[in-house]
Amino acid sequence: MAQMNLLQAINGALDTVMAEDDRAVCFGEDVGHFGGVFRATSGLQEKYGKSRCFNTPLVEQGVIGFANGLAAQGSTAIAEIQFADYIFPAFDQIVNESAKFRYRSGNEFNVGKLTIRTPYGGGIAGGLYHSQSPEAYFAHTPGLKVVVPRNPYQAKGLLLASIRDDNPVIFFEPKRLYRASVGEVPEEDYELPLGKADVVQQGSDITLLAWGAQVEIVEKAAALAAADGISCEIIDLRTILPWDIETVANSVTKTGRFVVSQEAPLTAGFASEIAATIQQECFLHLEAPIARVCGMDTPYPLALEKEYAADHLKIYEAIKNSMTY
Amino acid sequence: MNTDIYSESPVVHEPAFIDGHSVEIPILKILKQDGSIYENAAMPNIDQELATKTYKTLAFHRVLDERMVAAQRQGRISFYMAALGEEAASVGGAAGLKDQDMIMAQYREQGALMFRGFSLENFMNQMFSNEKDLGKGRQMPIHYGSNALNYMTISSPLGTQIPQAAGYAYGQKLQGLDAVTICYFGEGAASEGDFHAGLNMAAVHQAPVIFFCRNNGYAISTPSDEQYVGNGIASRGVGYGMKTLRIDGNDILAVISAVQLAREYAIKEGKPVLIEAMSYRLGAHSTSDDPSGYRTREEEAKWQEHDPILRMKNWMLAQGWWDEAQETALFEKLRDEVLAAVKVAEKVDKPPVEDLISDVYDKVPPLLQSQFDELTAHIKKHPKAYPFTAGRIK
Repeated sequence: MAQMNLLQAINGALDTVMAEDDRAVCFGEDVGHFGGVFRATSGLQEKYGKSRCFNTPLVEQGVIGFANGLAAQGSTAIAEIQFADYIFPAFDQIVNESAKFRYRSGNEFNVGKLTIRTPYGGGIAGGLYHSQSPEAYFAHTPGLKVVVPRNPYQAKGLLLASIRDDNPVIFFEPKRLYRASVGEVPEEDYELPLGKADVVQQGSDITLLAWGAQVEIVEKAAALAAADGISCEIIDLRTILPWDIETVANSVTKTGRFVVSQEAPLTAGFASEIAATIQQECFLHLEAPIARVCGMDTPYPLALEKEYAADHLKIYEAIKNSMTY
Repeated sequence: MNTDIYSESPVVHEPAFIDGHSVEIPILKILKQDGSIYENAAMPNIDQELATKTYKTLAFHRVLDERMVAAQRQGRISFYMAALGEEAASVGGAAGLKDQDMIMAQYREQGALMFRGFSLENFMNQMFSNEKDLGKGRQMPIHYGSNALNYMTISSPLGTQIPQAAGYAYGQKLQGLDAVTICYFGEGAASEGDFHAGLNMAAVHQAPVIFFCRNNGYAISTPSDEQYVGNGIASRGVGYGMKTLRIDGNDILAVISAVQLAREYAIKEGKPVLIEAMSYRLGAHSTSDDPSGYRTREEEAKWQEHDPILRMKNWMLAQGWWDEAQETALFEKLRDEVLAAVKVAEKVDKPPVEDLISDVYDKVPPLLQSQFDELTAHIKKHPKAYPFTAGRIK
């Protein structure tokens, strides 16, 4: 075990894959010698050569189109989109191509070897275009897997599983935690399962669900609630698509109360999908309405980021409201 | 770095534009319409066997198109896209390649797939979306694909295959394979962002891909002079720093010659090539439109004189490799075979209901499985409403 931040954990996962699989290729804008604007691919070009780790022109639809072809050819394609806010020029390649490659060909061809890494989320004074959490757009697309890690240990294990999974995966990295989140990470190879949520903290009064950087915020709210004598069960969803209904439903059946929190705006966010499903699965066990604590329905702000965000205090208030309903 | 351009360009001291049309691009022609060869023309590498296979493929293409447009008119299939008048581009392309080369087509290149040996039954099963379709009845007619024949399954969104071809070819090169990728698209698709993205990615990353533009004059109803104002699509290749060649797309020998040369260069230098084949879409865009609404009979008649199949036939006759008796026998046989195949394919069952949920992922996820279980229970409740599947649910 070693102390690592989230970036080092990601870099370690990429290093592991490139060492074991000589058809693994990492590319994106500034990914080569410079090692990416956040340094996630640092040192990889020096170690594995320019043909396997390189800069691309500034064209996201080209990066993902190229990645789709490379993966269809049988190479392990690991593409980086510099910020999730800039993934939209590649939307067609992801939604109409990556996601449908296997289905439309009757499994004659597939892009299972494709992984798209991209930093997402706010809290870094990034304003409209360096803060978004666009996971819900992709969660609406059958054929994709969508994964979000919350800390360095999770990041390495989930990224290794994502790269080796035989389906196209979008791996959203919580950039606010790139350096802020530090923890013990095994230096050896390990995988964490996709499609499985993780119960971060056991509790009996209420279930709190989040993913990525928002898990830490939920933990803060749970600590406040604990001081009031409220026992919170905290779940990290980890995989948005396909998501682990069973773990969440079992927990809510036990606690009878449910708060789901996301960074992205409220309307049509993935929290809404979860709320609808849990309402159906746990209707007779619910003691209070399901609460969604989310970003507001505005573009991501700059000066008023603190007010906009689904912070621990808003979640804490939602917990108390649910308990006293 | 841009230092070279800054310090090594010729210098002027008065502003003067470079004209957008100043790059002159010649057009390669080898075969005349009467079947004779232009003087001093360089012949492609073609013998009687390759020529005969190519010609028979062209004949099959024309017969299949003719019959399937009729089948659509009779309501037997929902949709069809013929390639009347521009068959040489796809058939000649495949004839200039090796079998291990990947073909990533737009949608009007069934000729390349025919050349590779996709059977008449395979074509029919796809068009009738029956349970024998390799694509499991999921896509509209003419969206063929075959892993065994290295022909990537067609995708309706225009131009998406262009950057994919760059990535596919990059992978072939990385593995050190004796293989390239050919990527077909029309002059209309060359307006898509993916075209520019794909050409630049291939040029910068030195991918051995042959970009093959079929400039057939129309994107559905939009004529090419409303699509671009530069010197065709070939000028784009020059802009991306790519070897570029413009050819007569109705000249099968020019097509084969260009693709053979491009393949040799792409393998040897590990770099992309752009070929622009000038042609004309003699038929409609698809069975869903009528060209009389957007162009004249005179224009069509002019291009009928450049029929690529008749041109090749004339050459085959002149070579002594073909005769009129063979011609009549071949077309009769093909027409009979196609009609018989239609009758067989339309009677084959639809795909089983399980094919609704397979291949979304490598394995069916739990939520999708439960949706499927609900569906099958529902079908059992209302069997008359779902006649194709109700009797076959396990």
